[in-house]
Amino acid sequence: MGVEGIGAKVLRKEDRRFITGRGRYVDDMSVPGMAYAVFVRSPHAHAKIGGVDTGAAKSMPGVVGVLTGEDLRGDGIGNLICGWMVHSKDGSPMKMGAWPALAADVVRHVGQAVAVVVARSRDEARDAAEAVAVTYEELPAVIEAAKALEPGAPQLHPEAPGNLIFDWELGDKAKTDAAFAGAAHVTKLHIVNNRLVPNPLEPRAALGQYDAADDHYTLWTTSQNPHVARLVMSAFYNVAPEHKLRVIAPDVGGGFGSKIYIYPEEIVCLWASRRTGVPVKWTSDRTEAFLTDAHGRDHVTEVELALDAEHKILGLKVDTIANLGAYMSLFSSSVPTYLYATLLSGQYDIPAIHANVRTVYTNTVPVDAYRGAGRPEATYVLERTMETAARELGVSPAELRRKNFIRSFPYQTQVIMTYDAGDFDASLNAAMAAADVAGFEARRTEAAAKGKLRGLGMSCYIEACGIAPSKAVGSLGAGVGLWESAEVRVNPVGTVEILTGSHSHGQGHETTFAQLIAERFGLPVDNVQVIHGDTDKVQFGMGTYGSRSGAVGMSAIVKALDKVEAKAKKIAAHLLEADEGDIEISGGEVRIAGTDRKLGWHEVCLAAYTGHNLPDGMEPGLKEGAFYDPQNFTFPAGCYICEVEVDPETGKTEVLQFVAADDFGRVINPMIVEGQVHGGIAQGIGQALLEGVSYDEAGQLVTASFMDYTMPRAYDLPNFVVSTTETRTPSNPLGMKGCGEAGAIGSPPAVINAITDAIGTNDLTMPATPQKVWAALKTVG
Amino acid sequence: MTAIAMVVNGREATAEVADRTLLVQFLRDTLHLTGTHVGCDTSQCGACVVHLDGKAVKSCTLLAVQASGAHVTTIEGLAPAGDLHPVQAAFREHHGLQCGFCTPGMIMTAVDMIARHDGALDEKTVRDELEGNLCRCTGYHNIVKAILAAAESTRSAGTPLAAE
Repeated sequence: MGVEGIGAKVLRKEDRRFITGRGRYVDDMSVPGMAYAVFVRSPHAHAKIGGVDTGAAKSMPGVVGVLTGEDLRGDGIGNLICGWMVHSKDGSPMKMGAWPALAADVVRHVGQAVAVVVARSRDEARDAAEAVAVTYEELPAVIEAAKALEPGAPQLHPEAPGNLIFDWELGDKAKTDAAFAGAAHVTKLHIVNNRLVPNPLEPRAALGQYDAADDHYTLWTTSQNPHVARLVMSAFYNVAPEHKLRVIAPDVGGGFGSKIYIYPEEIVCLWASRRTGVPVKWTSDRTEAFLTDAHGRDHVTEVELALDAEHKILGLKVDTIANLGAYMSLFSSSVPTYLYATLLSGQYDIPAIHANVRTVYTNTVPVDAYRGAGRPEATYVLERTMETAARELGVSPAELRRKNFIRSFPYQTQVIMTYDAGDFDASLNAAMAAADVAGFEARRTEAAAKGKLRGLGMSCYIEACGIAPSKAVGSLGAGVGLWESAEVRVNPVGTVEILTGSHSHGQGHETTFAQLIAERFGLPVDNVQVIHGDTDKVQFGMGTYGSRSGAVGMSAIVKALDKVEAKAKKIAAHLLEADEGDIEISGGEVRIAGTDRKLGWHEVCLAAYTGHNLPDGMEPGLKEGAFYDPQNFTFPAGCYICEVEVDPETGKTEVLQFVAADDFGRVINPMIVEGQVHGGIAQGIGQALLEGVSYDEAGQLVTASFMDYTMPRAYDLPNFVVSTTETRTPSNPLGMKGCGEAGAIGSPPAVINAITDAIGTNDLTMPATPQKVWAALKTVG
Repeated sequence: MTAIAMVVNGREATAEVADRTLLVQFLRDTLHLTGTHVGCDTSQCGACVVHLDGKAVKSCTLLAVQASGAHVTTIEGLAPAGDLHPVQAAFREHHGLQCGFCTPGMIMTAVDMIARHDGALDEKTVRDELEGNLCRCTGYHNIVKAILAAAESTRSAGTPLAAE
């Protein structure tokens, strides 16, 4: 490792613009003639639209245009789609209801867009939006997934009778039933995984510009995957042809999954620009974000775990209802299926597993991937169950886990995945040492003397990153391949540009990707520019989600670098009259190994571009591209231990210590990896203690602002004790697994296991607010 | 419309604004100082914090006309061009930012916090004082570390940190 190579704590190259206020986010963009869009949104959870009267609004000051769902339909703009086909266990395809970008006939959740007003200023657009008169005929609404499945429940989509989207299963039911028949002990739990709002601090925004002269469109948007946005908008939504649409995702202020999807507002901004002849900008306010950004989680699960007399696991049964909201968001079908049930074996050797998942329409905001996407739900189910089983059996939670750990790799689970590498004892041991588990009982006694209830909770998670082998996901219903692309352009002076299909919205790619160049050629990271987020610059890419930028995105860069290195060596060998096998590149120099005969890196690069003296038949230039399609998922895993103190007078929980020991495989920049874990844990503790969406019975979103939805603040959280162990994955050239979501995946069960340990009852749902904890304490007297 | 005049980052700024114009709208839309961000509409997130006559305020909670006659400092004016304020440098050194969206408000809050406490801060005080600033990326761990480090460097240098 050089000072800036793999494993080095390199300070971030991108920071300077952010700390000086020179970041460039979508709402910071201005183009000449730009107007502003404000959406007219449904105040009802479920209603027929009687009519939309735009007459008064059109005559308001500054108004450029008012467009409705009828206009959108008239122009042939396509409905939004879910891009991952899942089949029910009876073989029938999922039941997808129509989702127009502006509703013309029926609205199905509060906040659904009905019309858009475009005006010269935001204030004028806002005023005119209030003047659009929509008549509604209210319909009964249903909010909870289980209630939506009941006979007689309000029906959302004619395509989906009974509100059932699909009824899917994974695993072997007969084998699992047989395993349970021989069980010495069965642990049963009812698990609720609370609905969350991702809430990146930057609200979504879009600026659409139609250039009539060239019949060309440009969209600046808050996207984690601009190429996918371009593909979907051209191939399915008929907004603009792909070759005439440029999508730019500049600096993006956090995503956490919510900026993967192509939303109605982006489609409408582009279309409205063509219709009105002016560039159209929309920026979400925070309440709009609560009402329209895809929500996360919202599962209700019955789980049963069968163990033999020696406490070895015999089988696992899981029955889940997942609420997908009013419409199927872009990847919503994959989250409670292939990203969830495939991880239900956890870190354990479980010989029989069966999972059944029903997905359901309700009159709520659509649900899709939020940091972790399915894996937090799986981990919560399994790790709450393991802790509960240990308590019921009167054994230490660590020992029960240890007794069932997988220790031989590769390991084929009963639910598709093949774990390629891992060492679960190592992370458990590291976490237990860091948390001083041995000293916990003394601390508990000390706290009790002060009238406080101490608890310790553990969670051993595994998740799947490196998403994903294209053939595999294609066979499971994905509408896209999940490879990544990269291009490495070496300039004539030897500086380097990396063009990547990954997108950075806080992850520090401009630094970590440059570290690959430092490692390979010994060049300073300051000589490297990372270019991303612009479909006119980067040929294609699948974007950033599922912690894939390292395992997949960087692997593509490595592949391109291999080609660049090979060509540079050929050129150097020719110039130095040596064998190319003897050439080595390091420290910015290209030399014949074991000699003092060398060229500067820049001399080789210049030679590539002058073309004056290249090997016969070689093309000039030094630029290579690569597509990398992963061979397998990667499997980050680790152990989290949380220590809490509950005040029995108030029910308030304080997280005293949170320890994380993660195995992410090879780490490129430990500073950035630690930061990812910190942020993930904060979101996990947020889910466990503070955050939760609340609807009233009529379908009004009660938690629709930061005053009502409790975001974790600095005083809610402790300092985190994080460390890593390392087993490299053999599935990619760098041996790295991914670190972006682990914190949010592993932490909620650790927190709830700690609180339930402290209060002596297992009957507690997330978020464990003081009120809930206090009420739970009352039940145990 | 009302005529307003204020000094922003050391420069005179005058304009005719609609009475309902928020200070943050004036800074972003009229003066094109887009480093000050808007992350909510209920004065909860703190992405819009600037200094008004030396004190940290949420610029989404003030009308532009209320700031007329005042000295305003935004993130762009915290340090001379090409230079970093010690708090800016500490955020970078300690990885106190990821997506960068909350960062300008965090830094402006931190500068004010350190100045008010003469650099004498502990972890609990910093966490309590960050009540009005939300970050979704960092879990606050490294933000707290950065602010404590900047506070410590101020105390050892014996120089006030206030930008104004």
